[in-house]
Amino acid sequence: MKKQIFLFFLLTAFACSCGDDEGPSEQVDNFDRQAMLTNWADNIIVPAFSAFAEKTTALKDAGNTFATSPSNANYEDLVTKWETAYLGFQEVSMFEIGKAEELRMTNNLNIYPTNVAELTNNVMNGGVNLELPSQIDRQGFPALDYLLFGIADNQTAILEFYQNDGNANQFLDYLNILTDRIDNLAQAVLSDWENGYRDSFINNSGNSATASVDKLTNDFIFYYEKHLRAGKIGIPAGVFSGDALSDKVEGFYKKNLSKALFNRSLDAVENFFNGAFYNNTSTEGESFKEYLEYLKVTKNEVSLATVINDEFQTARTTAQELSDNFADQVEIDNVKMLATYDQLQINVVNIKVDMLQAFNINIDYIDADGD
Amino acid sequence: MNKNTINKYIDQNTDAAPLAVFRIFFGGIMLFGMIRFQYYDWIKKLYIEPSFYFKYLGFEWVEPLGEYTYWLFFICGLSAFFVMLGWKYRLAMITFFLSFTYIELMDKTNYLNHYYFVSCMAFLMCFLPANACFSIDAFKKKVSPIIPKWNIDTIKLMLFIVWFYAGLAKLNSDWLLAAQPLKIWLPSKYDIPILGDLLQKESFHYLFSWGGALYDLTVPFLLWFSRTRAVAFFAVVVFHVLTWVLFPIGIFPWVMIGSALIFFEGTFFRKILGQTKPLDLYISQTAYFVNRKITMSIFAIFFFFQILIPFRHLLYKGELFWTEEGYRFSWRVMLMEKAGYANFKIVDPDTGKRFYVQNGTFLNPRQEKQMATQPDFILEFAHYLEKFYQRDGIRDPEIYVESYVALNGRSSQPYIDPTIDLTTIQRSWKPKTFILPFNDEIKGF
Repeated sequence: MKKQIFLFFLLTAFACSCGDDEGPSEQVDNFDRQAMLTNWADNIIVPAFSAFAEKTTALKDAGNTFATSPSNANYEDLVTKWETAYLGFQEVSMFEIGKAEELRMTNNLNIYPTNVAELTNNVMNGGVNLELPSQIDRQGFPALDYLLFGIADNQTAILEFYQNDGNANQFLDYLNILTDRIDNLAQAVLSDWENGYRDSFINNSGNSATASVDKLTNDFIFYYEKHLRAGKIGIPAGVFSGDALSDKVEGFYKKNLSKALFNRSLDAVENFFNGAFYNNTSTEGESFKEYLEYLKVTKNEVSLATVINDEFQTARTTAQELSDNFADQVEIDNVKMLATYDQLQINVVNIKVDMLQAFNINIDYIDADGD
Repeated sequence: MNKNTINKYIDQNTDAAPLAVFRIFFGGIMLFGMIRFQYYDWIKKLYIEPSFYFKYLGFEWVEPLGEYTYWLFFICGLSAFFVMLGWKYRLAMITFFLSFTYIELMDKTNYLNHYYFVSCMAFLMCFLPANACFSIDAFKKKVSPIIPKWNIDTIKLMLFIVWFYAGLAKLNSDWLLAAQPLKIWLPSKYDIPILGDLLQKESFHYLFSWGGALYDLTVPFLLWFSRTRAVAFFAVVVFHVLTWVLFPIGIFPWVMIGSALIFFEGTFFRKILGQTKPLDLYISQTAYFVNRKITMSIFAIFFFFQILIPFRHLLYKGELFWTEEGYRFSWRVMLMEKAGYANFKIVDPDTGKRFYVQNGTFLNPRQEKQMATQPDFILEFAHYLEKFYQRDGIRDPEIYVESYVALNGRSSQPYIDPTIDLTTIQRSWKPKTFILPFNDEIKGF
């Protein structure tokens, strides 16, 4: 009996090794996740943060100048700098890792709509610690959006307010604090990447919930699903409430910037997916796309990377129909907004289900024994 | 087997040493497991922070205890410590079994086969005199270290079932012919020294798949017989250490390696400890915790169900891996890579208003992941949403789900019928007709 079992053991082992030889030709070179991390850090993330930090410094300077002398020219300069920095922010927001995660960068810079009542309280009371978690909806770009465009009906009235209102100085002080804080956050994140974090990011190249690839992949998906799909389109379109909510639009007070912000964010997502260099998007390095192609992942017999890229394109085309001002769009013709949402939604499935399965990404560090 | 053989078997006695060694390892590893759980802050993350917990059918009353959940884990760990020492063994074992099982019942999200294994073992151990030697109990009150042989065989049988059924479950076309899901899992471990490069090779995926199936199916036999035992134990150590290196399966490898020691003879342990074989072949009455007949009947019923439960999926029509009807509690380990996405739509029939739910508002990422790939979770979450939106002012919400699941490297496909209002379906063990067909076949057990 014992011998028979042994024989069984041996025979099966033999059968098993035979079976292997008949398998398809082997791939020996393995996809280098570390090279992907290096491409991400050196060609995308750090250049994007570095560009962003330049823009926030310009915003800070313009904020200072305007606070000292609220002239029409200084106002218009500040508006331009705010717009540029806000667009630049779309290119870094998804990289909520390292210092950005520690400082909760996105929450501090882009919670919208801003809480006007609390913001006004902050202005009048002064001396608020903006680092408190409770303060996230009274600062960042949306708060400036209100201060620059929402505080009065039109540009003349706004300037009139900053030049002559009894509380003008308090408001200008607060505006100054906000532009300073945006720049401080941007500089802190950039300097961390430039002083050591880049190396630890690249060297943490394993496969666990705390490894860089897993973490940033989760961040990427979170950003796509929550900030791009839901925040910019779904929530104002009423996907999660049943009623269109035009006041939940990003850049609500500026009015005609929401589509530009959305487009920039979609570009950033797509470029990251393809590993396109920040300073030269026609050059692509190691990326999700390349990784998927390396693993030969297909969806209904088409390369999954192609499916995802095509869907980004469809979403962009659908969004072209939208008004520059999403608040108008949801009120006048929400169907187009919902159509854009539907296209974005399709890629949630492609990315979150098909792509995640292929990469074996851990969502969390907890014991598991298969799914 | 006639009655005489059975009686003869029941009357056979043996040295309690293997059972005692098993007890020490079991208690020790469980104590370590509880400390580890708190060390990673999982008590808070899994049982205090979530606003909703998925329940086992019939155990809806098992709730986390808020801040007292820490005490529950403390009691569980403390009882494991007492089990390890063999101090007030029986009370400790019962406490451990109850507290551990309670913890596992609090949220179905955290189901793991090895937790179920621990509960099963702990249940059996409540009836066995595992403190008959190498224990404080035996030191304080001299008892005979001789116990009925079937006491030890009970533990062996349980282990036998776990391994053998896990092996049977691997005999399917995905595992053997496509090397899935190892083909997905292994390459991502590229950074492991030496092994990392090999894990990229397809031949290794097949080698691991076939080797794993062969291991599970043969190791209980090889451990059973004295001549192959040493080799088998070596295989146990290699196999489980390897799984520990490759997969995030926590303390399970150590549980299995420790458990396998039960197959060794008492003399083996005595030799290590420099003791002689106990001469006293008299069984003191303390060896039986409960009336022998009652214990044996309970065990008979227990094993009857242990043998049948893993086959209960035969009562359902659909593909087991797809529907998961009858998947849990059947030693199906590491068989699937499943990813999913479920998007719930709430419709208010009174106003015609419709909107979608952001799952992250109610569930943590782990719950969301588990929910999206398992129909009973999806249904339960839909019912939770129904109650939530009723409180929110919708009189009779209709709830639909658009969901997609990808299984073992296949493309994602629609999972749940999006036209069915999930609030009209009761939770039960009946076949779940709201699951869409798999459109593929996985042959095998």
